[in-house]
Amino acid sequence: MIASGLTDFLRDAVDLQVQVDAIGLGAIFALMAVGIGLVFGVMRLVNFAYGQLIMAGAFAIAFASDRDWPVGVGIALCFAVVLALSLAMERVVFRPLRGQSAAVMLIATFAVAFLLQSIALLWFGPLGKTASSLVQLNRPVEIGGLDVRKITIVTIVTAVVCLLLLVALLNRTSIGLHMRAAAIDSQTARLLGVRANLVSTVSVLIAGALAAVVAVMLTVQFPTVTPTFALQETILVLAGVVVGGMSRLLSATLGGFLIGYVSGLLGGALPSAQSQYLPSFIFGLVILVLLLRPDGLFTRGRGLVERV
Amino acid sequence: MRTRRAAVQLLAPAALVVAAGILGTFVSQATEIYFVTALISVSTVVAIYVFVGNSGVLSFGHISFFAVGVWAAGVLTIPEAEKPATMPYLFDFLGSTTVGNVPSLLIAAAVGGVFALLVGLPLMRLSGLAAGIATFAVLGITNNILRYYEKIGPGLNTFSSVPETTDLLQATAGAVLVIVAAFAYQRSRLGRQLRATREDPAAARAVGVSIYRQRLAAFALSGFLAGFAGGLYIHFIPINVDAVYLDLTFITLAMLVIGGTTSLWGAVVGALFVSALDSMLAEMEDGMTLLGRTIDLPSGSRIIVVSAVMAVVLILRPGGLTGGREFSLPKLRPAVAK
Repeated sequence: MIASGLTDFLRDAVDLQVQVDAIGLGAIFALMAVGIGLVFGVMRLVNFAYGQLIMAGAFAIAFASDRDWPVGVGIALCFAVVLALSLAMERVVFRPLRGQSAAVMLIATFAVAFLLQSIALLWFGPLGKTASSLVQLNRPVEIGGLDVRKITIVTIVTAVVCLLLLVALLNRTSIGLHMRAAAIDSQTARLLGVRANLVSTVSVLIAGALAAVVAVMLTVQFPTVTPTFALQETILVLAGVVVGGMSRLLSATLGGFLIGYVSGLLGGALPSAQSQYLPSFIFGLVILVLLLRPDGLFTRGRGLVERV
Repeated sequence: MRTRRAAVQLLAPAALVVAAGILGTFVSQATEIYFVTALISVSTVVAIYVFVGNSGVLSFGHISFFAVGVWAAGVLTIPEAEKPATMPYLFDFLGSTTVGNVPSLLIAAAVGGVFALLVGLPLMRLSGLAAGIATFAVLGITNNILRYYEKIGPGLNTFSSVPETTDLLQATAGAVLVIVAAFAYQRSRLGRQLRATREDPAAARAVGVSIYRQRLAAFALSGFLAGFAGGLYIHFIPINVDAVYLDLTFITLAMLVIGGTTSLWGAVVGALFVSALDSMLAEMEDGMTLLGRTIDLPSGSRIIVVSAVMAVVLILRPGGLTGGREFSLPKLRPAVAK
């Protein structure tokens, strides 16, 4: 009984259809992980409100699609809203809190998250709005016997392009160099003339742009935009970046991808009677990995994270 | 002198709670609900403070201990005849057991404490962000299981027909009990050792304090008190499992941080301050007349104001309203000639 259940599970897990969908989900989660990891690297701040940025962007798209504006305008509005909110957040909340303990900053972003969520609730109501402008991307195309939704391809390609652009920015430009320096040792970097405000503004803007990209991708797959849009995903990504290792951007990104991939895999392969316990399985795995590798799954050697 | 200062540190928060309880007897039935809610919040926040305040480690998981308290006290006090209607899949031993008010509160506390101890055994080895995420994961698992596992409770439905035994007197007594327990703990040898690890982990270890054991003890006590608070809550309003998840985690942490994380006084002040603010805003959402002018806020604005206040307090006063200090009487300067 258990053995046959297990073989069923394994057969479904290696199914190519499930694999493709899981990689698509992993790609979105990886983008979110970069957004969270980049800000953490430069400011040592875990941004719990990242999901609400995505939610705001999604509402912008829904707002535009409600008024039958062209798709391009909707996407532009999404970017404008998310970038403006990111900038405001950085100025009003992140900057005054610089140098505070990680716990204080995390709780402050918790407050911002609830603030944005309740504003959305007040504005759009609990049922939210529908963003229908890009749903044609949800249709599948057949590749070698597999039904791949167009959006999955678009997502994977966009994620790869975004990550390559980011790597180029970090490694080939002087602001990228400043950001890497600030991430390694912000005090020394400031002594050497790196402007802390500029670096944090740029990193928040990049994270915001990625949030807008994610908002576009997610609204195609889940056109109903509610105030808790992307909340569940953000919680998983936060767990993912810590599991991967916050000390480097690469390990955080891999962690984000991994948790997206694993939840896609479990969601596709678990029998339907157990699928409602999917969050428990994932959170259980998160706890297990944290106990075995508290510094992160993809970090080299023992980091500086204190372990009691 | 030292015992007097200690007495003041215990009496001030206890007196504040009792004052709130007495004040609550003078108001109308509708307003009394706010006072009971505020007093249960005090119990909850002080329970969280026992771990978070004394250890300095952030926990997002305490509402899961509150939630199992809600579950235990709820499931065990619903009259036997009502159980098949709301919880048809219940395990036999849960379906056939019904206990009274006080035993159910003790069971709720015990379940919360045991759950915290079991969870803490592995998790207290972690610190920093890993600890935060791991405790969050515990909250997610607890919510997920209570929501779908219908053999142990009503699943997503409301806990209906729970006897509503928590009144103003019980809520006040409960809050005072929790405060006394928290105070006794923080003055004890164990509490002092844990506070030492918060201030300087390396120095504490050097004098032989086991950080792991101290944190575990505080975590279990804190879970015990949170379970107790959950029991009080379910005997006050019928709720479902989603009422004890993210929103409650946020609001209780907000209370603790706004009051000042590192002191019992801060936990009590924060809980009462935010509750008062929240109740005022709730009244305003229904339309309230204040100084001859009617204020009518759109519904849903209370959480906006509370989260904005929290962000502002954190930015302007990261130590919270009390600065994280215990209450002390203003120093009387002895009039000594030079």
